[in-house]
Amino acid sequence: MESQLIHFKVEDRNGEIRELDIPDDMSLSLMEALKANEYNIMATCGGMALCATCHVQVLEGLDRLPPMQDAEIDMLDTLPDAGFDSRLACQLRIDSTLSGVFIKIRGEEE
Amino acid sequence: MIITDICIVGAGPVGLFSVFEAGLLKMRCHLVDALPQIGGQLSEIYPQKPIYDIPGYPTINAQELVDNLRKQIDTFSPTFTLGERVQTIDRQEDKSFIVTTSEHTQIHCKVIVIAGGLGCFEPRKPAVEKLEEFEGKGVAYMVKDPELFRNKEIVLAGGGDSALDWTIFLSDIAKKVTLVHRGETFRGAPDSAEKVFHLAEQGKINLVLKSNVTKIDGNGCLNEVVIEGSDNIPYSISADYLIPLFGLSPKLGPIADWGLNVEKSAIQVNTFDYSTNIEGIYAIGDINTYPGKLKLILCGFHEAALMCQSAFKHVYPDQRLSFKYTTVNGVNGF
Ligand SMILES: Cc1cc2nc3c(=O)[nH]c(=O)nc-3n(C[C@H](O)[C@H](O)[C@H](O)COP(=O)(O)OP(=O)(O)OC[C@H]3O[C@@H](n4cnc5c(N)ncnc54)[C@H](O)[C@@H]3O)c2cc1C
Ligand code: FES
Repeated sequence: MESQLIHFKVEDRNGEIRELDIPDDMSLSLMEALKANEYNIMATCGGMALCATCHVQVLEGLDRLPPMQDAEIDMLDTLPDAGFDSRLACQLRIDSTLSGVFIKIRGEEE
Repeated sequence: MIITDICIVGAGPVGLFSVFEAGLLKMRCHLVDALPQIGGQLSEIYPQKPIYDIPGYPTINAQELVDNLRKQIDTFSPTFTLGERVQTIDRQEDKSFIVTTSEHTQIHCKVIVIAGGLGCFEPRKPAVEKLEEFEGKGVAYMVKDPELFRNKEIVLAGGGDSALDWTIFLSDIAKKVTLVHRGETFRGAPDSAEKVFHLAEQGKINLVLKSNVTKIDGNGCLNEVVIEGSDNIPYSISADYLIPLFGLSPKLGPIADWGLNVEKSAIQVNTFDYSTNIEGIYAIGDINTYPGKLKLILCGFHEAALMCQSAFKHVYPDQRLSFKYTTVNGVNGF
């Protein structure tokens, strides 16, 4: 299968909005893609749904994302500022489900 | 005052292994950690996860590695101050140091080794109006002394395991316990969740779901907690204590104020011996930074070994160090 560019929008902690195009054949998580694009994300646990520092809020496209696994729900439950539209970026793969979504970075800064 | 050769700030894997390397060179260690248990990130974040890159262990559970490190250093009789944060360090005229903790414990030492990892684990704070104003005056982020809560009215906030466990525990002691949880269900240990629902049915606790604590108030001391449900209509209940339980997250903390060269929350070191810009203070493990730094346990172990060779000069200025394998003389504890 040919590589495709997945296009989505990101708002950082200062409210600045950027559009990103990330190839879907590098088996990246959204957390890794954001880090690679110079977003300041601690990702203390390296993507194991154990630290919640990659917390994002999904402003558009929430219903298209794959459902959460237990580990992600558990971790979000421990966050004081999580809402119904919260996800952990490390648990989302860069693939067509992310195409067109709009996310806002919420996790703690490094 | 506690007197030792080396005071190690942080009892994560790297701080623990430093005791062994120091012990081989006849240097005694005292460890201080802000957490109530040893093991740093391994015990706090991923105790049950297998680690695959510890030399000699094809796989080992994080907690098991901590237990083994503890066993390995036992022979050198390290001493510990746990549950206290190192707050200040003061250099003495003779170049030794006095280390003081948040609970005013003092340690006199010749060398300080900072193995502080990602910093102190501190409680995550929810967005509650006036929360910080009432810290220590009714707002507590952990239950240190349960007796404090006897016959009091307590509100707990959170939906994780510790919120469930403390709700169950305090329901026996307190006059009234209210658990406020954002969700409808609990993902924590199913047994605890069931117990909490059962206590609520029996009227032993007050369970408030799909709600958040939004504001607190009082007159010097906390006496009111405001809760908002999905209908967005706030109402207030009386309370002596609010205990928000939303897990811990690491913050650099006091280390930033010790006059060390800090770059992006990490301490710059010389890779020759992992010394910092202050003579007699070393930084090893996740807390340090240098070109090519990798935040790995095995790298921290290597740093500990080199650091001790250099620290020896401060502890025994008149002695010459001769390098020996452990296979030659074995390990001679003290
Ligand atoms: C989910 C996860 C998986 C990981 N997997 C691996 C892996 O497979 N392999 C690997 O090599 N590494 C792994 N790591 C990284 C590894 O855990 C760290 O490299 C290691 O914990 C660093 O050890 P440390 O002793 O330097 O610091 P830490 O383990 O962070 O311990 C530092 C301690 O210092 C204390 N402290 C800080 N400041 C103060 C102060 N002022 N006063 C008192 N105490 C203080 C803290 O409370 C803490 O307990 C992983 C990390 C995570 C989170
Ligand atoms: S990186 Fe730790 S939870 Fe996502």
